[in-house]
Amino acid sequence: MLKALHQRPHLTAILLAVGLAALPFLVGTGLGNSWVRVLDFILLYVLLAIGLNIVVGHAGLLDLGYIAFYALGAYLYAWLASPHFGLHLPFWAVLPMGAALAGLFGVLLGTPTLRLRGDYLAIVTLGFGEIIRIFMNNMNTPFNLTNGPQGMSLIDPVSIAGLSFGRPLHVLGVTVPPTYLYYYLFLAFTLFALFIALRLQDSRIGRAWAALREDEIAAAAMGINTRNVKLLAFAMGATFGGLAGGLFAAFQGFISPESFSLWESILVLCMIVLGGMGNIPGVILGAVLLTVIPEALRYIGDLQRSTLGHIAIDPSDLRMLLFGVALVAMMLFRPAGLIPSRQRKRELAATDSVATQEQGDLYDARA
Amino acid sequence: MDIFTQQLVNGLVLGSIYALVALGYTMVYGILELINFAHGEVTMVGAMVALSVIGVLVGAAPDLPGVLVALGGILVAIPTCMALAFGIEKIAYRPLRQAPRLAPLITAIGVSIILQNLAMLIWGRQYISFPEILPPVRYEFLGAHISLIQITIVVLALGTMAGLWLLVEHTRLGRAMRATAQSREVAELMGVNVDRVISATFVIGAAIAAIAGVMVSAYYGLAHYYMGFMLGLKAFSAAVLGGIGNLFGAMLGGLLLGVIEALGAGYIGDLTGGFLGSHYQDVFAFFVLIGVLVFRPSGLLGERVANRA
Repeated sequence: MLKALHQRPHLTAILLAVGLAALPFLVGTGLGNSWVRVLDFILLYVLLAIGLNIVVGHAGLLDLGYIAFYALGAYLYAWLASPHFGLHLPFWAVLPMGAALAGLFGVLLGTPTLRLRGDYLAIVTLGFGEIIRIFMNNMNTPFNLTNGPQGMSLIDPVSIAGLSFGRPLHVLGVTVPPTYLYYYLFLAFTLFALFIALRLQDSRIGRAWAALREDEIAAAAMGINTRNVKLLAFAMGATFGGLAGGLFAAFQGFISPESFSLWESILVLCMIVLGGMGNIPGVILGAVLLTVIPEALRYIGDLQRSTLGHIAIDPSDLRMLLFGVALVAMMLFRPAGLIPSRQRKRELAATDSVATQEQGDLYDARA
Repeated sequence: MDIFTQQLVNGLVLGSIYALVALGYTMVYGILELINFAHGEVTMVGAMVALSVIGVLVGAAPDLPGVLVALGGILVAIPTCMALAFGIEKIAYRPLRQAPRLAPLITAIGVSIILQNLAMLIWGRQYISFPEILPPVRYEFLGAHISLIQITIVVLALGTMAGLWLLVEHTRLGRAMRATAQSREVAELMGVNVDRVISATFVIGAAIAAIAGVMVSAYYGLAHYYMGFMLGLKAFSAAVLGGIGNLFGAMLGGLLLGVIEALGAGYIGDLTGGFLGSHYQDVFAFFVLIGVLVFRPSGLLGERVANRA
């Protein structure tokens, strides 16, 4: 079956397109509409994971503050399209601005940290993420910029050519709820990001990133301008983050600093490490799994009721615990990720000492 | 000047707690080059266990002097945390020692999530208050108030640090630890049981973390299942500030960070004309961290670790 599909790329593409188009309806009727919302979040996380993968997976720069860019995109959207300042700019104007602002902050963060590597870089980016979050949390005095911990609400939904995504769409006698509409919007953005990421990977820049990841000194010796290439990785990753943030704000209609905690950064990082760092199909799988698992674990409550007759442990308490267990277990059994990139596989398969040495050094962002 | 000395005192007390937690990070990093993300959570478990024991002791024997009650709490918390750290290292880190660098970081994060949520299941979501077992005596010192608890914290922290220094510099195990930190392979060739040394490092760090956990909950009068997270972050920042892998660096970094935070929180309102308030306290740690790393990436006392291949 798989082989047959492999031989007919056009057929595969058509099947995939039909499948993706029909997915919300299948999920909506099969599992209920709340799962369509989960689908939307899967797409957002895939977008985030693709962005972070550029920084961590391709360029080998460990970024633990990635969610700050997501926050910047979301807050910019909320400032320019909500009653907070009375501004209601259209989404096609706000989204690029959010992406650009996030990209700018990516460069701002990247510039002072150019010399840092590995864990030091990780901890600085982590600090940056926390600084952004703490500011968002406290910028309600002396003038109210972010509305503090209460967050900002009533954010405008996306609206294209008079069609508002905030209301269900009635077309040909079928009612399409907003979550379905957002699914298609997010899908379009995700595919666009995927296209860019795949093309970047095979480009001159992509090879420069890989060289940087493997050995910075050798890369510089080969004539790669490591400073520019690093900054570009930060900026590209951040831009995707800002884009996802804007979409998130429009989709939720409400944002608060709570959505942008360090745990979110870590969650996205876990997605790409779990799936297989640097490998885009792996990253997508990781994002899907880590979004679905916590949602699926919500059913623990029902399971307890049907087996024990009562709820022994609150499922929401147990959810994160099992998530942690799953994280540890998956790393123990597949330390290189579920779908390691071809390069990683080759290195893991190699047995001679040089290759093993290299394998240890790969992603070994040394300080 | 009163505010200045008062904040200085508060900062030193808080800083000595940071320093203790930072020691655990720095020791593990020095040997394994691993950010032991779960260390903050081990500290939290120490605080929670000690609080439970103290609660039981206060209920069972109300006449017992407060010092003994606190000591009882610490004495139960220490072995608990040691066992916990031993288990964590064995299950989550050791199998991944040859794996890509990010793999153990992810398991560390996983362990951290597990410990937080286990603590939430056991002790609940609410804040647990620390019973007032030490007399709330306050002393005047250069215009600043110092409570008995604060003095106890500083003395105990200094004692712990001195003990650790003796252990690392003057015992066989300490020598083995230093050798392993320099080069694991060569240490192994010299007959050092590296696995055991690594286990010992985790366990010692956890014992110190347990003490720090009791201190921090006694200082704030509260404990919470989420308390280990911020504490761990700041302690790691302190370790980096001082130069990670360097014991004195962790101590210096912890104290400095505590002082900077306290002074910053005390003066930020005046400095910015009331624009920013003391609720930005948590930001200082990160600004300091970023500043140090940009201008002196190896930390204040670190020389070789940052450039070590």
